[in-house]
Amino acid sequence: MPGYLLRRFAAAALLVWLVLTTTFVLLRLVPGNATTVSELPIPKPQRELLIHAYGLDRPLPEQYVRWLGAVALHGNLGISFEQLRPVRTVVAEALPATLLLAAAALLVEYGVGTALGVAAARRSGTAWDKSIRVATLLLYSQPIFWLGLMAILLFSDRLGWLPASHMHSVGADEMGHGARLADLGKHLVLPAMTLGLAQAGAAARFVRAGLLEVLGRDYIRTARAKGLSERRVVWVHGMRAALVPIIQLLGLSVPSLLSGVLISEVVFAWPGLGRVTYDAIMARDSPVLLATTGVAAILVVGSNLVADLLHAAVDPRVRDA
Amino acid sequence: MPSRGPGLPRPLRWSLGLIAALVLAAVAAPLAAPYDAFSQLDPQVSALRPPGTVLAAVHLASGEWRLAERARRTAGGLELERLGGRELLPASLVANLTATGVADRRFFLLGTDQYGRDLASRLLYGARISLAVGLLSVLMALTIGVAVGSLAALGGPLLDGLLMRIVEALLAFPYLFLIIALSALLHPGTAATIGILGATSWMTISRLTRAELRGLQQRDFVVAARAMGQPPFAVLWRHLLPNAMTPVLVQSTLQIGTLILFESTLSFLGLGIQPPVPSWGSMIADARHVLFKAWWPAAFPGAALALTVIAWNLLGDQLRDALDPRWRGPELAAAPGALAPEPPTAGSAGAGGGGGGPLPPAAAAAAARLPTP
Repeated sequence: MPGYLLRRFAAAALLVWLVLTTTFVLLRLVPGNATTVSELPIPKPQRELLIHAYGLDRPLPEQYVRWLGAVALHGNLGISFEQLRPVRTVVAEALPATLLLAAAALLVEYGVGTALGVAAARRSGTAWDKSIRVATLLLYSQPIFWLGLMAILLFSDRLGWLPASHMHSVGADEMGHGARLADLGKHLVLPAMTLGLAQAGAAARFVRAGLLEVLGRDYIRTARAKGLSERRVVWVHGMRAALVPIIQLLGLSVPSLLSGVLISEVVFAWPGLGRVTYDAIMARDSPVLLATTGVAAILVVGSNLVADLLHAAVDPRVRDA
Repeated sequence: MPSRGPGLPRPLRWSLGLIAALVLAAVAAPLAAPYDAFSQLDPQVSALRPPGTVLAAVHLASGEWRLAERARRTAGGLELERLGGRELLPASLVANLTATGVADRRFFLLGTDQYGRDLASRLLYGARISLAVGLLSVLMALTIGVAVGSLAALGGPLLDGLLMRIVEALLAFPYLFLIIALSALLHPGTAATIGILGATSWMTISRLTRAELRGLQQRDFVVAARAMGQPPFAVLWRHLLPNAMTPVLVQSTLQIGTLILFESTLSFLGLGIQPPVPSWGSMIADARHVLFKAWWPAAFPGAALALTVIAWNLLGDQLRDALDPRWRGPELAAAPGALAPEPPTAGSAGAGGGGGGPLPPAAAAAAARLPTP
């Protein structure tokens, strides 16, 4: 087992490094740089000064070694070209917002997904099952950005129930602790619901499939034969076994979750990493872009790792292979 | 009740009907579109008109067009009501004058955008883009995927290991970040969008091809073909691929909807199809700026998009049910022996019908590649 762990960790680290190096090279290959996309044209002398200050005039390998050295040895992510402050601060400010949104969306995704999936599996083959299948098809076919705009239109513009964008109201700093939290919660509802519901369809199908597979096994027949209530059979005996693949899916769906978070943050002006990434792309702010891609890669690879380890923990065939 | 046609299941008929309508709309867009999708006829008056608006179109003698809410023939010439004001045009200036008003009118079935362009026409042209991008990028993914999968299955353990590690690395890449980085790298546009989407979505197909081919290689007819001295490529082309294609094509169908979603997302972010080409995603991006003034420029393209994706996903779902017995219903899913060594990858539909217990990381990773946007 220690050998397996070590191999997995090494592979994960290698993967993160590969992602970062690819991104670095891609960014430097793009014609133009941070000084050429500014809204006001920058005069040539100043532009050359900036390019020199950013180190963009050095040969690519030297830039790469300098950047990698700074990151690996000092944890120094550089200075944002656009915001002129440390990238670490930019990322540190945005990360909690992203994690909050992602966690809330996951809660919606798996809450709704499990409810629909279990309902469909219990009544498999009936009209219920078919309607749930249609509902999940509708959910996972939705463009998140459009769903978000329609939600803003309905709940914010027409009904006025919820704020349309951002994380806090203007003047939230003066609010008391409780009021500030309530304000945050209100702002969270639309982005988290949009993202969570759009992803819930696939989760529901996964839960249904996992549960159906388990419900055909002998020990479930035994549990039924003992006279346990159907509710108990499904939720306690069935779900316990079906939980493993579901937790795995949770870990493995992080790439798609992160993509959704990016879109959701752009639509709802949520001040998280996705929004920062999008702005950095538009401004060619490569230090920021590298950092956010790195964080995303670590989240993806890390959750894949957790999912694999979890799998190895329940299935010895994997770790001995 | 008379039975109609062959015994296709109803959802399959529905999805085929929807897709046929979509293809028809895309092909016939130049004929079916009421107006030019790019024309901004008198944008001041025609901007953001709600669905069902009818405007009088005044053809001036100078060749220009002018739109008005109402045009009435009076003794002095033509009286126009424009944007709440009234103006009088001398009859000599108007080319399409009739006894009561003007001969032409514009009917905006789905309203107009903020530039005064006809939404219905743009929607029809948008169908072309979304269909072209979806089909061409899936074709590209299919080609790369089958090539890589075949190489991995037949090229020996070393090549197999290398290719599969690359596939795993690509699957672990934060997906939208990769696409976005590539879009920023290439000059955005229709061709670049197709290329990027095709180049980033072949991994599941290659995995599936590899698994299918490996399963087929031990079968008697393949062994026999080899024993008869057929060259490896002929065996692949004549015996292996035709028998491996069913699940691969089903998977490809399932990806079309996802790719259409990705195209629209990229275009929405300004990194895909570039204006003035009407893509549903970029139409929604435009509409976002006027969201609180007008709902229709955002609502209709999005509804068209959702309907299209639903149609493709439904088709993929149904094809899988009909053609791939491993996905058929719980009775097979409940019998682990009926499963292939590597459960089929689920792709865009999540893990639809069956699948084994704890998924091997390979299949689960593919199942996790869900349609995000």
